[in-house]
Amino acid sequence: MQLPRVRWHIAVFLTPAVLIYSTVMIFPLFNTLRLALYAKVDQERVFVGLENFRTLFFDPIWSEQFWNALGNNFWFFLIHMLVQNPVGIALAALLSHPRLRFAALYRSAIFIPTVLSFVIVGFAWKLILSPIWGIAPSMLDAVGLKSLFAPWLGKEEYALTTLAMISVWQFVGIPMMLIYAALLSIPEEILEAGEIDGVTGLAAFWKIKLPLILPSIGIISILTFVGNFNAFDLIYAAQGALAGPDFSTDILGTFMYRTFFGFQLQLGDPHMGSAIAGAMFAIILVGVCLYLFGIQTRMRRYQL
Amino acid sequence: MNSARSNPINAALMHGALILYTLIALFPVFVILINSFKSRKKIFREPLALPDAESFSLVGYQTVMKQGDFFLYFQNSFIVTVGSLTLILLLGAMAAFALSEYRFRGNMLMGLYLALGIMIPIRIGTVAILEMMVATGLVNTLWALILVYTAQGLPLAVFILSEFMRQVSDDLKNAGRIDGLSEYAIFFKLVLPLVRPAMATVAVFNMIPIWNDLWFPLILAPAEETKTLTLGSQVFIGQFVTDWNAVLSALSMAILPVLILYVIFSRQLIRGITSGAVK
Repeated sequence: MQLPRVRWHIAVFLTPAVLIYSTVMIFPLFNTLRLALYAKVDQERVFVGLENFRTLFFDPIWSEQFWNALGNNFWFFLIHMLVQNPVGIALAALLSHPRLRFAALYRSAIFIPTVLSFVIVGFAWKLILSPIWGIAPSMLDAVGLKSLFAPWLGKEEYALTTLAMISVWQFVGIPMMLIYAALLSIPEEILEAGEIDGVTGLAAFWKIKLPLILPSIGIISILTFVGNFNAFDLIYAAQGALAGPDFSTDILGTFMYRTFFGFQLQLGDPHMGSAIAGAMFAIILVGVCLYLFGIQTRMRRYQL
Repeated sequence: MNSARSNPINAALMHGALILYTLIALFPVFVILINSFKSRKKIFREPLALPDAESFSLVGYQTVMKQGDFFLYFQNSFIVTVGSLTLILLLGAMAAFALSEYRFRGNMLMGLYLALGIMIPIRIGTVAILEMMVATGLVNTLWALILVYTAQGLPLAVFILSEFMRQVSDDLKNAGRIDGLSEYAIFFKLVLPLVRPAMATVAVFNMIPIWNDLWFPLILAPAEETKTLTLGSQVFIGQFVTDWNAVLSALSMAILPVLILYVIFSRQLIRGITSGAVK
């Protein structure tokens, strides 16, 4: 009888990566979900079941903050979907035009904001929009629109939208690049066949190219969703942990940070923080599943 | 060729739109950079003017150099980024090789398990990660950051690299086996050199988010001696809010390394994205 040869090299190749991934990512992920079921009572950790989630969703003090952060987060996402992705697609459509000169130059320049850190982007815009420095008002003045100026980041009704637009400004390069790649992969023959039938210019974009790049638009949408629902850095850099004015820019990431780390007079509470993380996890999971099973499988793909 | 495609008015409109957007994209960076070289009075009086002999001033940079330990921050960011990238590439390539080269029980399952992390952000687990780092004494060390970024980068790295490794010819590897090369030698001497372009793509993809991250440095390593450049500039600017020269100079100093990296790697980055590595 011959024993099956143990192929040790497979274990040697796999183990380090699996070990680090499991201990630093997967295990803490589940451990966080577990911690959400506990609370600290008299310096001791006791199991409280779903109590933290009940507090989060229904307790007047907590739930107001939670639904506020969640609503703001959806608005943040909506602005990205309505502005970032269409602008990205439009830029990609222009860039992919055959025989456009300087395409590479435009592409590299428009991508620059994407490589900058949130800290730089947040502060740079804060300075530019600041009424003290006056760059934004004087530029509006130059085109006769000075009356439109308001301290956008300081007003409750505009601050979140302004921050979302700053984030759009920063990340428009990503949909632009991905759509650009998708547009380049459309074979020339299809476009020429359209031309022979009289479909050119904008019509060619709407009727031929757009249906062909729908799968890429789907990928961008889910990337945007996941990115927006664990966003934190830009709001923190521009408005601080309190997500001012009066929590009007609070999103789930900043809410979780404040809760679990504490700020000023409020002590940090890792268990409530975990509960918020659990809620974020559920939202992201629902979004990803909707995409994978609802959208991606139904999308018509064309063999190119 | 078709006239609609080469209409000069259309071309002009397209250039106009692209130039306008390029200006929007670059304007804030430009304003920060030029004003960091101006005296305080000129920053406010003529914010859009280029620095000239009269308005030129380095007072902001002097404050930054005196007050903030930017070289240390830079060094920390550098160590963390290079350390994480090395681990992501080495361990990711090894795992990708195991998954793409050998058939064994649980191969599919292992692939799926590793792919989970592509869509789920590691930040969700922050509470437990902090607890673990405190328990192991790694909190406020650069190792905490390196481990977290490695775990975060591995899933996509394994995914991309195993796609590429499947394309390496079997004949080549079998020829190596006949010549008596061990499996390790086949990996390091035959396969790794062939997937170098894919490795570069993975490196560039991971580099920017690691360098720019604020969340984990803020939570896992906020001590003065382990601050990264991103966190360091955040704290510094927070303290010097009213000193506009210092703030603008600190921002410029944070922008420069990234811009230099971008200029060096932009071709690689753009090729990586457009070659469909993330499809």
